Amino acid sequence: MSENVSVMTGNEAAATAAKLARVQVIAAYPITPQSPVVEQLAAWVESGELPAEFVAVESEHSAMTVCIGASTVGARTFTATSANGLAYMTEQVWWAPGARLPIVMCIANRAMAAPWNVLNDQQDSMSVRDAGWVQLYCRTNQEILDTTVQAYRIAERLHLPVMVCYDGFLLSHTMMPVAVPTAEEIDSFLPPFTEPFTVVDVDDPRNIGPVVIADPRADETGVMRGGYMEIRAMHHRALLEALDVIVETDDEYAAAVGRAWGGLTWEYLLDDAEVVLVAAGSLGTQATVTVEALRAEGIKAGVLGIRAYRPFPVEALRGKLAGRKLALVFDKALSYGYEGPICSDLRGSLLGLDDAPAVFGAVCGLGGREVTPDHLAEATRRAIAGLDAGARTRATDWINLHLDGE
Amino acid sequence: MHEIRWHGRGGQGAVTSAKILADAAFRSGFAGVTSQPSFGAERRGAPITASTRLSDEPIRILSQVTAPDIIVVFDDSLLVVANATAGMKPGGMVVVNTTKGAAELGLRDDLKVVTSDVTGAAQAVDLIVGGQPMVSTAILGAFARATGLVTMESVEAAIRHAFSGSAADKNVDAAKIAFECTRA
Amino acid sequence: MSEISMSRPAVGEAGRTGEWRNSRPVVDPAKCLAVKQGKVTCQICWAYCPDGCVAQGVGPVIDLTYCKGCGICAEECPAKAIEMQPEALHGVCAIDAGGEVAR
Repeated sequence: MSENVSVMTGNEAAATAAKLARVQVIAAYPITPQSPVVEQLAAWVESGELPAEFVAVESEHSAMTVCIGASTVGARTFTATSANGLAYMTEQVWWAPGARLPIVMCIANRAMAAPWNVLNDQQDSMSVRDAGWVQLYCRTNQEILDTTVQAYRIAERLHLPVMVCYDGFLLSHTMMPVAVPTAEEIDSFLPPFTEPFTVVDVDDPRNIGPVVIADPRADETGVMRGGYMEIRAMHHRALLEALDVIVETDDEYAAAVGRAWGGLTWEYLLDDAEVVLVAAGSLGTQATVTVEALRAEGIKAGVLGIRAYRPFPVEALRGKLAGRKLALVFDKALSYGYEGPICSDLRGSLLGLDDAPAVFGAVCGLGGREVTPDHLAEATRRAIAGLDAGARTRATDWINLHLDGE
Repeated sequence: MHEIRWHGRGGQGAVTSAKILADAAFRSGFAGVTSQPSFGAERRGAPITASTRLSDEPIRILSQVTAPDIIVVFDDSLLVVANATAGMKPGGMVVVNTTKGAAELGLRDDLKVVTSDVTGAAQAVDLIVGGQPMVSTAILGAFARATGLVTMESVEAAIRHAFSGSAADKNVDAAKIAFECTRA
Repeated sequence: MSEISMSRPAVGEAGRTGEWRNSRPVVDPAKCLAVKQGKVTCQICWAYCPDGCVAQGVGPVIDLTYCKGCGICAEECPAKAIEMQPEALHGVCAIDAGGEVAR
C-alpha cells in the first residue's frame, strides 16, 4: 500500500480521516481537548483542500442540530466534541439515532464537570451509551484514523450515527506515527452517501420527523406505519446488525488499505490466559505491558480489548471469556451509585454461561489521574488474591486514589 | 527505549520541537516514537514540559516521562526555575541552550552536560518570531550532535516536512549552526 | 477533605507567574498622572490589571513577582506612561539563585 507515514496527534488523525472520507458538512464547537480537530478541518476548508461546508455554530447543541439538518438532506457530516460539550448536545445526541441519520462524531474523551477537569476519562461517551449510536473505542492514533473512515461505511450501511471515541490528551494530543491512506484507497472503500432514509423532494413533499403515536396506524395510502415502539425496535435491530457490519467493514478496510483492528474486540496474549484484563481505548494498550510483566511472574494474564462498546458484543465476549478464572474490567468511568459501566455490562452478558469467570471491576484514571502499567498489575494481583481467598464478588477497586486516611 | 523530557516556555515552540524530533527519529529508523506536551492549562511564557519516547518497538506507554535519559532545555533559567534535572536517570544527558560553559551550570556530577548557543544560532540566520529568537528547531541540531540518536539529515527532512519555503530554509540553517556549536 | 471543589483567593496560587514574562511594564514618573499631581488619582492601571499585581499609589507600584507582562496596563494608561520593555533588557533570568526576583 502506497501510504505516507506522518507523526501526528490523535486529533490530526481524526481530522485527516474526515478529509479522506470527503465529508460535506462540518459543524462543531471547540472544547478542550477536541479543538485542534476542528481547527485543522477549518484550515483545510479555508485553503480549499477540503471542499466542505464549515458551519460555525455557537454551541454544541447547534453543532449537532446542523449535522442533523445536513444529514437529513443526504450530506455526509462530521462533528466532534468532549465532555460538557457532549452533555450540551445530549438532546440532539438522542435525536440523531432515532432519526436514523448516519452522522459520524469523534469524542476526545474527557471528564465531566463538576468539578471542572479538562483531562481524560471515559465518562462523557459512557454517559450517552444508551442513546443508540454505534460506539467504537480507539487505542492508537492509527486506529483513530482508520476507524473514523470505517465509521462512515458502517453509518451509511445501517443508517445509524457512529461515535468514534479516543482518550483526550493521551491520544488526542500525543504524536505518534500514522500511515495515511491515499485518496484512491479510501474512495475505493467508501462510496458516496447517496441513499438516506429521508425523502427531500419538492415533487414528493414529506413531513420528516413528525410526532408518532403509541400504536401503529395506517398512513394516507392505507399502509400500516409503525408506532414509536416499532420504530425503536427497528433502530435496535439495526444496532444488533452492526455486530456483523462492524466486522465486515473492518475486513473490507483491510482489503482496501491493509490494516484491520479486530472488529468488535481485540486481544493480546489471550489464548491460554486464566486472568483477563478488559479495557476500552488506550488503557488496553497499557494493559498489554502489564500482562507481559505478570506473565514474567508466572501469572497467565491476557488482555481483551473492547473496540465496539455499543452494540455490546455479547457473543464475542461469552466466547472469549468462557473457561477463564477471572475477568478484571478496568473502567475509566462510573455509573455513580453502582459500578463501572463496562464491568456491569460484561458481567451481565456472561449470565448463564457454564464456565463463566468471576468478574471484578476497577475504576481508574478519572479526571486524568495517572494510570501506569504497574498500577494495573498491582490491581490484578489484588484481585487474584481476593479470588484465591474465596471471594465471589469484590467491591470496585479504585486505583491510585488518595482519599484522606485511605 | 530513550525517554526525553523537554523544558521550554509556552509559545517558544517546545511542543513543535518534540513533534519534529519524533518525526526525525521515525525517519532515522525508530519504529516507536511518541511525543506529547504536558497536559492541561498552558500559557505563553509559563514553563512547560513535553515528553518524547523513542524505541525500536511501538510505544505502549502514554504517561509523561518522569525519569528522563535526556533533557532538552530551551533556556538555562529553566534549569533552576523548572527543576529541569528532576528524576533524571544516573548518567543522563542534559542538552541546554546557553552561552555558559557546562561547569558553570552547577548540575549533578553524574550528568553529561552538552551546551550549545542555540539562541545565537537562531539570531545568526535572523530566525526571529514575535521579537524573540526561535530556538525550537535549531535546538534539534544540538540534540542530533549531542545524542547521535538522529542524523542531521533526518532532522532536516523533518523540519522541511513541518515548514515550507524560506521558513524551512532558515530553520534548517539555524539547526545546522546549532549542530556545529554544540559542545560536549 | 472537602467534598466540593472550592478555594480561597490567595497570592501566588499559580506559582511565581512573574517568571512567565517576555516583557515587563516600566512606569515613567514624568508622565504618570498620579506622580505629576502628587496624589492617588487616575490609578487606571490598578483597575485594569487582571491579576491584581498593581498596588495603588503615587505612582502605582507593580509587583514583578507576579506580573505576567500582559501589557494591559500599558494599553490602558491614559497618559501613555507605561512602556512594555523586553525582559532581555533586564537580564534573561530575573530570578537569582536565592529565588528572589531582581527588580
